[in-house]
Amino acid sequence: MTKEELQTIVLRLLGNIAPEADLAHLNPTVNLRDQLDIDSMDFLNFVIALDKEFHVAVPETAYSQIATLQGCVTYLAQRLEG
Amino acid sequence: MANFVMPKLGADMTTGRLLSWSKNIGDRIERGEIIAEVHTDKADIEIESFISGVIEKFLIEPGDEVPIGATIAVIRNDDEVAALLEAPVKVPDPLPIAPVSPTQEVLATTERLRISPVARKLAEELGIEPSTIKGSGPGGRITREDIERTAATKPPASSDRQIGMRQMIAAAMARAKREIPHYYLRTTIDLKRALDWLAQENAGRSVADRMLYSVLLIKAVALALRNVPELNATWENEQVNLKPSINIGLAISLRQGGLIAPALLEVDQKNLAALMQNFRDLVQRTRAGSLRSSELSEATMTITNLGEQGVEEVYGIIYPPQVALVGFGKVVERPWAVNGMLGVRPVITATLSADHRVSDGHRGGLFLSALDRLLQEPEKL
Repeated sequence: MTKEELQTIVLRLLGNIAPEADLAHLNPTVNLRDQLDIDSMDFLNFVIALDKEFHVAVPETAYSQIATLQGCVTYLAQRLEG
Repeated sequence: MANFVMPKLGADMTTGRLLSWSKNIGDRIERGEIIAEVHTDKADIEIESFISGVIEKFLIEPGDEVPIGATIAVIRNDDEVAALLEAPVKVPDPLPIAPVSPTQEVLATTERLRISPVARKLAEELGIEPSTIKGSGPGGRITREDIERTAATKPPASSDRQIGMRQMIAAAMARAKREIPHYYLRTTIDLKRALDWLAQENAGRSVADRMLYSVLLIKAVALALRNVPELNATWENEQVNLKPSINIGLAISLRQGGLIAPALLEVDQKNLAALMQNFRDLVQRTRAGSLRSSELSEATMTITNLGEQGVEEVYGIIYPPQVALVGFGKVVERPWAVNGMLGVRPVITATLSADHRVSDGHRGGLFLSALDRLLQEPEKL
């Protein structure tokens, strides 16, 4: 899966968490929680959605690596390669 | 025979509008089962039956708006159903209900609503109550075109709801500030043990079973209330009513603005894993607008947590008729002395807003002290 494909799926999952968010203008390097006004429950639901979609269980210690769209895509690409 | 009344689902709810019945006349209903869906200014709420039995009568139609406490249905309870096998029982007619100033004309009919399935589905999607529409189809049947025409002239539902919700919050909070002599206490709690324990616990759990630290706070509040039961109470008719169950209301913000404070029920009785599942489910349903009546009417104390917004401490306003509210701020790292040694610890500020008619600062202090103590032994929560 390419990074573009990963990003498309991640954006879809974020859209399910924050349906009112303007994902088209999401800054890929800025913290998702700040941009989308999502709380820890939303973020946990996002991590659960990533697990269901990609079968990648992100440990809590790696949450900082998926804090931005760019970081999330990079992290998933690495995990899926490995 | 039991009269089923329009329940009070919030501090300043005065009326409710029936959206739909979930059962038919003659159907059996169990206690806790959904009997109807009701619209309030804050949300559309599923109303649970407080009794098991057989539905004898519906006294209002979808679209009717009635005051809280008005009888809307009659249910024959189980004992009466059994007695009926031997002797018929005459059903007394309940007092008639005068619908209160409906904002839209409601068709006065006792017949089943004539509407095509396509139109009904579209009406649901657009948030339109079909019983408020006069059908243009054969025999007055409501068609898809009727729904579309109505939708084109209807103001956006979300803006209606936001205005209504703001008005309800304004009324409840103004009343609280006017009537409740609040006093406020604060304490700072070392969360290192709790967060370390949680990290270790979560590392061994599947992603879907992970817990948030908020659940530890909620459970600790519930257990601390056992020590100071007068904070788990309501103030009504100039007297305090201690509550046997500990149902914690949680102030949950909505994406479109406003907030609702539904309750997690019997929190002190549940283990953390079950509580986390309940908590997740409650937040999800609150934001999706599918709460149950018991969740909106049975909170015995409320927690507000603004830590996620970067707030370090919050002094909340009590939701009447409750008599206390706990506020949590952000978890921050602070220099902290332990056993004469200075270290850096994650700490949280907990505040208590309490009603001075019911408790004193001394008791409030004991509550916060118990809360701190409980959070130092997370494995026992």
